[in-house]
Amino acid sequence: MNRVEEITPVPVLEVEDLSISYETRRGDVEAVRSVSFQVGEGETVGLVGESGCGKSTIAFGIVNFLGSNGRIVDGSVRFQGKELVGRSEEELKRLRGDKIAMVYQDPMQALNPSVRLGEQLAEVLTYHRQIPKEEAWERSVQMLTRVRMPDPEDVMKRYTHQISGGQQQRVVIAMAMLNNPALLIMDEPTTALDVTVEAAVLDLIEELKHEFLAATIFITHNLGVLARVSDWLCVMYAGQMVERGPVTEIFRNPQHPYTVGLLASVPRLGETKADSVLIPIRGRVPPPAERPRDECVFAPRCDFATEDCRTSRPGFEEVTQGHVARCIYAREIDIGVGATKRRRCEVMAGALAKPGSHSEVLLRCEDLKVYYPMESQSVISLFGLGENTFVKAVDDVSVRLSKGRTLGIVGESGCGKSTLVKGIIGLEPVTDGEVEFLGIDITRPVSERDKDLIREMQMVFQNPDSTLNPSYSIGTQIARPIKRFKTVPRNQIKGEVIRLLKAVRLDDFYYDRLPRQLSGGEKQRVGIARALASRPDLIICDEPVSALDVSVQAAVINLLLEIQRIYGSSMIFIAHDLSVVRYFSDDIAVMYLGQIVEVGPAEAIYAPPYHPYTEALLSAVPIPDPDAKQKQIRLSGNVPSALNPPTGCRFHTRCPRRQEMLPDDGKICEMEVPPWRSLEFGHRILCHIALEQLKKVEPVVHPA
Amino acid sequence: MAIGKKEAVAQGRGVAGMRTLRGALEGMSIIFASKTAMVGLAIVMFWVIVAVGAPLLTPYTPLEQDWKAPNQGPSSTHILGTDELGRDLWSRLIYGARLVLVTLPLSEHIWLPGGTALWGVFVALVVGTTLGLVGGYYGGWLDEIIMRLLDAMMAVPIILLYLIIMSALGASAVNVVIAITIVGTPGIARLVRSLSLDIRTREYIRAAETRGENPWYIMFIEILPNARGPIIVDAMLRVGYAIFAMGTLGFLGLGLPPPSPDWGSMVAKGREFILAGSPWAALWPSVAIASLVVGLNLLADGLREESMRYQ
Repeated sequence: MNRVEEITPVPVLEVEDLSISYETRRGDVEAVRSVSFQVGEGETVGLVGESGCGKSTIAFGIVNFLGSNGRIVDGSVRFQGKELVGRSEEELKRLRGDKIAMVYQDPMQALNPSVRLGEQLAEVLTYHRQIPKEEAWERSVQMLTRVRMPDPEDVMKRYTHQISGGQQQRVVIAMAMLNNPALLIMDEPTTALDVTVEAAVLDLIEELKHEFLAATIFITHNLGVLARVSDWLCVMYAGQMVERGPVTEIFRNPQHPYTVGLLASVPRLGETKADSVLIPIRGRVPPPAERPRDECVFAPRCDFATEDCRTSRPGFEEVTQGHVARCIYAREIDIGVGATKRRRCEVMAGALAKPGSHSEVLLRCEDLKVYYPMESQSVISLFGLGENTFVKAVDDVSVRLSKGRTLGIVGESGCGKSTLVKGIIGLEPVTDGEVEFLGIDITRPVSERDKDLIREMQMVFQNPDSTLNPSYSIGTQIARPIKRFKTVPRNQIKGEVIRLLKAVRLDDFYYDRLPRQLSGGEKQRVGIARALASRPDLIICDEPVSALDVSVQAAVINLLLEIQRIYGSSMIFIAHDLSVVRYFSDDIAVMYLGQIVEVGPAEAIYAPPYHPYTEALLSAVPIPDPDAKQKQIRLSGNVPSALNPPTGCRFHTRCPRRQEMLPDDGKICEMEVPPWRSLEFGHRILCHIALEQLKKVEPVVHPA
Repeated sequence: MAIGKKEAVAQGRGVAGMRTLRGALEGMSIIFASKTAMVGLAIVMFWVIVAVGAPLLTPYTPLEQDWKAPNQGPSSTHILGTDELGRDLWSRLIYGARLVLVTLPLSEHIWLPGGTALWGVFVALVVGTTLGLVGGYYGGWLDEIIMRLLDAMMAVPIILLYLIIMSALGASAVNVVIAITIVGTPGIARLVRSLSLDIRTREYIRAAETRGENPWYIMFIEILPNARGPIIVDAMLRVGYAIFAMGTLGFLGLGLPPPSPDWGSMVAKGREFILAGSPWAALWPSVAIASLVVGLNLLADGLREESMRYQ
């Protein structure tokens, strides 16, 4: 990387031909194979790839935290020009000193729950630098201020559980920056956070980079995040680096088929099922023991692979200066995004219902409330005298779903989207309100519902590892709903199961397999087949793809779309990824703190006029395109407790628009419940701000 | 409801065959992978084999008295020696193992296959598992009532509980089974409850609920099979405790009525002659109890460690 050398002759970190193996019962398994990259001062290098590609192993290899069974087999790691590989733990400590810091995915695990945050922060300085306690405390407060922590003095005296997840991650970052490290390794630092919090943390990381000039390695599976923060990009696949280059260069002109595949399999914000198709990468990442050694590691999944790819392992081909790809065809054929550009899918577009063309209403919720009773902590409540308090998980939600359409529900965690569908499907008791499905009242719990009603509403779950019962074979589990609802005569059950397996693109030998023999994507397909088995009118998908790798995610989304086209089922689709929801849904409801704040056709939601919360959500979505222009609206404060929601408009405590757009600094938002403001095609916004003003707002995203 | 149950049973039966076979193979491979478990298995198998083959392994019956040779040490005619009535100790020992592991005498002539200790643990498993599943799956006040009652039982020292039950019921094999059941149930219920509290949050339980499945189907077909690993390990340990308890009760004269070859009562009788120079009658049954209990513990520990390693 020549650019680095112009700035500083010695990069902060040089990794050369690094190979790392893990000892297992079946012998050594190579997790990382000859990886090279450099990080210069003030630079951020992003490592991206799907799970199991060796990203975290590299990070642990650099700091030598490989555990008892891992070791560096080959290669060198030079930190500030000094070799780290092959030295004893003592020497490493001296060489590294306090100059390498790490930030992990889960801040809850990085912080000690039983020690006050202030003491944890100050300890970093007193331990590493023998700074007196008072000074260390002083500097910790300063650092918290620098990571934009509101009220740092107060935070120093608190425990971990007393601050929110985003604030915890700020504390972890502050802790990492306290020693002014030369190298900062961030391993998925924003993956566990909500999208608005993630955006704020990413802003912070971006700012700190300029302020501290630390060299940063940023590990993530999310291309959109990297597009925002990193300068260089290293694409990892199955333990090998397949492409490396400046970030804009790779996004504009990806050369390795895997990078191309990754980019083609995520929907960008604003794309819909009507105007583009996601292209999944077929197959799955091979486990370390089964990786091809003497051929291109991606060849088994590559659409461009030829015989030449399978004869030897390709080296790096230079595409432009600093941009290299491990593909023998990197320069010869143009397999960039241009060649696989999303095609417009005519079949699909034709089959889609036009917005506003309201067919028969399938599901109707009117003022639906789902409250959880809270046990009071006071002594009086022991005798049953205390005042009953409720967590208002879903409060006055009204929504309609027409036959054959998809309703997407978005919102941050804890906004009540899962509780809403649980209320609809009967897993949570409905506190108040009306729910009608096929014209029948369904406010009763599922155990009191008619069997014929139950079969018309089925669910696809989030976590592929717990969606299937590990004790039973795939065939048995899909057959169960068929038997229960008697969809086919007894002697045809096996045939029906195999037909369903085919429908979700699984071969019939999966019939006898156990769930643990399947990959995440395959388990999710079986979950979909099980939901389809009763031939339901409504399929509720609760974050069906958020636990999957991006390439697999695309395949599952395509499958759901195909099922909807063939069977004409209606769907409720919950996700926190706004790009995916936009891609998948016809109508979208935006939820905040138990209420729907905006609902309407998908294209209307993603264009002005916005509800101020929708606007903030959209501006926080990481877009996998460094050239895209996005408004920066960041929400202040935390999501208030649903136990005691704010008066008036629930969003008023964090609303960025009310002061500028309403008279009297938006006093009215604190006093009165906002009215629904209706637009065409059933688009409604719950806000005090007049529509004329909301319409004047600029669109959030300008695609490049 | 009725149809749901019938179907549940039918499916359960169909799958059960395959599952037990697969489970057994898997279990065996885990045992073979662990040295601890193998040692335990060898000891346990020794006792199972001598207990099953008892009538073939000795020329004497356990009650046959040889007046000419009381309190003798090991010899070629009596390999382990004789007790104070001249009964063959080897024969009494392996028929004693039979009582523990192979037969449950209901009356003098009728007996059920499966030993007293095994029956006790089995009944405790059935009762404890049901209570634990109900408590863990339903939660709420039902759980509260069940668990508080069981807690109250656990608050009584085990040996005291045994003594109370046996002195109330009288000494007989069936009553020993009842006592083992009562004492074992709270622990099993607690274990199963904690397992099902975890398992009921899994999404496949949500899926079963959205199908409107009967709660009993969910508890026994969806939850229970996934809790089987820890339950099996716990049951093995409990068989050990039960054997121990049988020994204690026998020693105190509250176990199986004489002259049955009960290990505990053998120790109690033989104890009087230890200082008289013939410790054999007390020694062998003590060794038997100790080795069987240690064997079961080793087997359970090995199984647990090895299955943990897989995760």
